[in-house]
Amino acid sequence: MFKKTLSAALLGTVCAALPAFAQDPVAGGRLNLLVQPEPSGLMLGITTNAATNLVSGGIYEGLLRYDQDLTPEPSLAKSWEISEDGLTYTFHLQEGVKWHDGEPMTAHDVVFTFTEFLTETQPRHRNIMNRVASVEAPDELTVVFTLKQAFGPFIRIFAYKTAPIVPAHIYEGTDFRANEANATPIGTGPFKLDEWQRGAYIGLVKNEDYWMEGRPYLDEVIYHIIPDAASRANAYETGDLDVLPGGTIENFDIVRLQKNEGTCVDEGGWQYSSPMAWMWLNNRNAPLDNPKMRQAIMYALDRELALQVVWNGFGRVAKGPIASTTPFFDETGPLYEHNPEKAKELLAEIGYDGTPLRMLPLPYGETWQRWAEVVRQNLAQVGITLQTEATDVAGWNQKTSQWDYDLAFTFVAQNGDPELGVARNYISSQIAKGNPFNNVEGYSNPKVDELFAKAAVAVSTEERQALYTEVQQILQEDVPIAWLQELSFPTVYDCGVHNLITTANGAGNSLRDTWKEQ
Amino acid sequence: MLDFLKRFAGNRGAVIGALLLVVTLLLAIFSPMLYPQSPWAIAQRPFLEPFTTEGYLMGTDTLGRNVASGLAHGAYISLLIGLISTLVSLAIGIPLGACAGYFGGWVDDILMRVTEFFQVIPTFAFAVVLVAILQPSLTSIITAIALVSWPPVARLLRGEVLALKSREFIEAAQLSGQSSTTIILRQIMPNTLSPVVVMSSMMIATAILTESALSFMGLGDPEIMSWGYMVGAGRTVIRQAWWISFFPGLAILLTVLAFNLIGEGLNDALNPRLRKRG
Repeated sequence: MFKKTLSAALLGTVCAALPAFAQDPVAGGRLNLLVQPEPSGLMLGITTNAATNLVSGGIYEGLLRYDQDLTPEPSLAKSWEISEDGLTYTFHLQEGVKWHDGEPMTAHDVVFTFTEFLTETQPRHRNIMNRVASVEAPDELTVVFTLKQAFGPFIRIFAYKTAPIVPAHIYEGTDFRANEANATPIGTGPFKLDEWQRGAYIGLVKNEDYWMEGRPYLDEVIYHIIPDAASRANAYETGDLDVLPGGTIENFDIVRLQKNEGTCVDEGGWQYSSPMAWMWLNNRNAPLDNPKMRQAIMYALDRELALQVVWNGFGRVAKGPIASTTPFFDETGPLYEHNPEKAKELLAEIGYDGTPLRMLPLPYGETWQRWAEVVRQNLAQVGITLQTEATDVAGWNQKTSQWDYDLAFTFVAQNGDPELGVARNYISSQIAKGNPFNNVEGYSNPKVDELFAKAAVAVSTEERQALYTEVQQILQEDVPIAWLQELSFPTVYDCGVHNLITTANGAGNSLRDTWKEQ
Repeated sequence: MLDFLKRFAGNRGAVIGALLLVVTLLLAIFSPMLYPQSPWAIAQRPFLEPFTTEGYLMGTDTLGRNVASGLAHGAYISLLIGLISTLVSLAIGIPLGACAGYFGGWVDDILMRVTEFFQVIPTFAFAVVLVAILQPSLTSIITAIALVSWPPVARLLRGEVLALKSREFIEAAQLSGQSSTTIILRQIMPNTLSPVVVMSSMMIATAILTESALSFMGLGDPEIMSWGYMVGAGRTVIRQAWWISFFPGLAILLTVLAFNLIGEGLNDALNPRLRKRG
């Protein structure tokens, strides 16, 4: 029954997409969206949470965009070349690009962004720039990156949210975080910030001087701020909103709303981050130090049930460390179908004595709480007792980053490449207290370390694939953590809105091409 | 005793309350036999409507758990929490109030300032803070409820003791050389019993409500199926499945009502003159 609902949803999306080809885009109109929670700031190079990513995607741009298969597309860079040895990346910029304050955007801004701004504001960016020997601008419209050694994932770091190009003339020589301009962000994007009424809405208006001819189509984009989930769904139903971005309403409300005529549901737009949910299994604590115990947990979990019942069928059961939407995924190794008998056998084999384990749910609301309850029931069925430790977000952060747990729920983004978003959760060098997103489980395997290191610098795609396939096999045997689900946060919208999600970063990165039937 | 029962039975509300309580008690006692499976067990498909499937009288919740089973197991928890937290707050409030009333002077001053300190904090907000600090568990919830509900007991006791202290039989006891402890325990306490009994029944009702409210807000013991938790978990799907939060909500209402009615009945039965006047 759930499967049917889901395929109906997908069918609905396809049907809705079809007329888009038949109809010509119409310019004008206002798009009413939602942002939840209210962002803490809109300067994308400084604030990088999901809410800011959604709103500031209209204001800032990266050198590249990525389509839903993660293939790079032109954005601020018109074209680019990668040398044979994988060491030199040359980008040719679009002509006639202006900042929202009228100043021209040049290669100097790009160099400044990569060598000064982002290295200062983003630790993640610093790690990547450690692999870069130089960033140079031979002329006003060309930027050349020279790498120290080949780094396959490099082509995927140029998204608007990981590397937004920022104006050098405003930030050069200032304290970036304290700069007053952060309150009135200036980018090159299709929309400019018009007004931010705290607690009510953020309004963007069309950038009349946008570099791309005829874009954007929309005159205005309003991001409404509505703190209560049920009111958000209501606001859509009453027609006050055109779009409910992913993750803003409960899953069962999506099921309800998609039955309405003229409502479309799209699960796309999350391919870049490919958020995957799992449970950290603390590999340091007995009996979880035994791979067989961890395998038993995998067999005990009824992940299909959780997907259908807790998530209303939105998402996919995880098949291993790399999400199926992330490059280099390979369906390999044991997939751990629900098999309580097998789990009991494994538990008997290692002589598990029924010692209770402590479980830390993720305090992100209803869905996550219900999920923890299903997991507790699944494990109770095979004789593993879990004690739930209820905490708030701060407590969850504290306990996971200080390794004070046995099992802990989490979800982590894959960022378009195993090297950017997967390796950090399994390699030994990432075992460090104080970060809830590194190798929190404490898994350490020299072979895995070596394979990830090799795959990062391998030049050819085939070579990388072979290495990642091998590492997936090893990890799936060892089960360092219990992979649960590839999350999906469907976007619910009025079918009269077209081209809402055309990139791997969803509505945040696609509004340039979005138009609305009048 | 017979006289007391007669007076209690004379109050129709009290009888209804007592009947409701007996039903709840039976449900609590026999819940392991009625529903041997854990109330957390995923037993049937989710969102099963009530009165449609045999064995699932009240339907199933969002995960396919039996609502009736949760209701029965929740009865035990609600009564347990109501009773124990009330006993604990009586154990705090009675001695403090009695000492303050009997000794007066600086003892009274200190004890009453402490009591007032607790009284000025809104009780529910205080309970939320306590549970959040102590981590939600059965013990922490009982502790929190007891800690926020003892001040009225202390104040009541103090008033009663103050009134009794100047009576002749107390003076006689003092003259006969009885110690303060003996006087408080033997002479004063038995005479304060009736208002305390009436108050306790109201306190149990409040404690059950407080626990429900805590669980509703997600601050319940995550291992325990309670009515408040069921209402809280079902609240978001109320448009699709009214029964998930309706039945436990009704159970809370009836149980709290039962204790209030019993309290009224006790009040009447224990103070016959008061009743006639009303």
